[in-house]
Amino acid sequence: MDEILSLDHVTFTYSPDEPDIKNAVEDVSFTVNEGEWIAIVGHNGSGKSTIARLMNGLLFPQQGTIKVLNQSLTEENLWDIRSQMGMVFQNPDNQFVGATVQDDVAFALENNGIPYEEMVKRVHEALKQVKMDQFLNHEPQHLSGGQKQRVAIAGALALKPKLLILDEATSMLDPQGRAEVLATVQALREETGLTVLSITHDLEEAILADRMLFMNGGKKFAEGTPSEIFALGDQLVELGLDLPFAMKLTKLLKQNGVKLLGEHMTEEELVNDLWTSNFKK
Amino acid sequence: MMEKMIFGRFMPGDSFVHKLDPRSKLLFVFAFIIIVFLANNPVTYAALFVFTLLVIFVSRIKLYFLINGLKPVIILMAFTFLLHIFFTKEGELLYHWKFISIYEEGLKQGIFISIRFLVLVFMTSILTLTTSPISITDGLEVLLNPFKKLKLPVHELALMMSISLRFIPTLMDETDKIMKAQMARGSDLSTGPIKERVKAVVPLLVPLFVSAFKRAEDLATAMEVRGYRGGEGRTRYRQLKWDSKDTLAILLLVAMTALLITLRS
Repeated sequence: MDEILSLDHVTFTYSPDEPDIKNAVEDVSFTVNEGEWIAIVGHNGSGKSTIARLMNGLLFPQQGTIKVLNQSLTEENLWDIRSQMGMVFQNPDNQFVGATVQDDVAFALENNGIPYEEMVKRVHEALKQVKMDQFLNHEPQHLSGGQKQRVAIAGALALKPKLLILDEATSMLDPQGRAEVLATVQALREETGLTVLSITHDLEEAILADRMLFMNGGKKFAEGTPSEIFALGDQLVELGLDLPFAMKLTKLLKQNGVKLLGEHMTEEELVNDLWTSNFKK
Repeated sequence: MMEKMIFGRFMPGDSFVHKLDPRSKLLFVFAFIIIVFLANNPVTYAALFVFTLLVIFVSRIKLYFLINGLKPVIILMAFTFLLHIFFTKEGELLYHWKFISIYEEGLKQGIFISIRFLVLVFMTSILTLTTSPISITDGLEVLLNPFKKLKLPVHELALMMSISLRFIPTLMDETDKIMKAQMARGSDLSTGPIKERVKAVVPLLVPLFVSAFKRAEDLATAMEVRGYRGGEGRTRYRQLKWDSKDTLAILLLVAMTALLITLRS
């Protein structure tokens, strides 16, 4: 597996002149391999959004190195590296640049000087991938939040990036929009094996990831598969992170004497366990 | 309601005029504004008027929308008409009552000026009614390209215009939301003396500005991440196509100019 991105002992502070103020990110290291889905979780102020900004050179770390596709990120190769990474932000309205859906998807292509014929092809392909190809000429005010985020994903995909970063991309959406966007990302991963890094505080979204990074106070608190992370249980709750609904329910059921086999992260697992739990007597 | 005010101007359609390239339309209207001043006798003014009617007919725009466009200038038109009628003292005396006297030349000039206004407003309205704001922006960007040599930031201006157009509905929605939020807290925006009403607008504008700046910052970040670094080396997704229709439109205008030059006295 190839390494797509790595952070090596990265430290960053927004106010380098004032040593009293805590670093926004402190001594964080991790790698993202090709084809993985990584979720970075943590409550507000844990430094997770700062990490996203460090990864594509919106900010530069005071210490440590960031490598993208085995090149360390510098001012010189910044634009080159940005064209390898697609990023979707939180607010669906504030990242829609074009007048219509297709103009918006083409925006990054225009910036990178892709010839017209190629652009048309890629815009259509990208919109088809997120199932928004029926909306070519729609204006943003006539789209729902989930649709706008899917257009934003298409805008990122059009450049054929190696890595898609979702920076709280679902946090401003209604449940339906959130489901739409997550289903789109899942389908993309199945079709193309796209590497995804999602920064989120939605645990239902984090469960979908292969690996989770739990940030607290600018430091990496824990790293592991979702089941490993959620096994921390009460520790997570103390640090201001909630447990997924199915896990909370499992816990409460166990407390009340229902015999269950393990910790269940998704409702589906829990239901399966519940209706089979009495078979084994 | 407010959305209609601004976007009600563009009437999508598929007439000959709608299908023209924005560049040819802009050039056409710009040149027309100049040749209007060639007219100086009844025949030439009549020719201008008929020409405008023809363009209206071809564009298939309902007269109602054009008359609507006249509203803001109607007072100015009436004012200049009356000025000419009462203060031009040349030619034959047509009417006299106490201190009011109307001369032939005054009446003529008054009518000429009114026709001039009318055709100008109609032509520019046809431009905005048949061309979407975004294609006008595209057209302007290309037409203004030569001015880049004079350090005019043409690309940046065009981008600013298109982003503003894009955000108008978003900010309208926002205004609506803030208005409702303030009304729910008992602020009264629509009654009372003017002074009170102006004061009531302040708590509306402050949050609107704050959020607009926040949006601008987010947008700038998103644009940077998507590789925007100015107009250099950029390609265009919205292509403009100049075809025989456009050449025909420009030729028509040239013919009109020649006609006016031969007919003017």
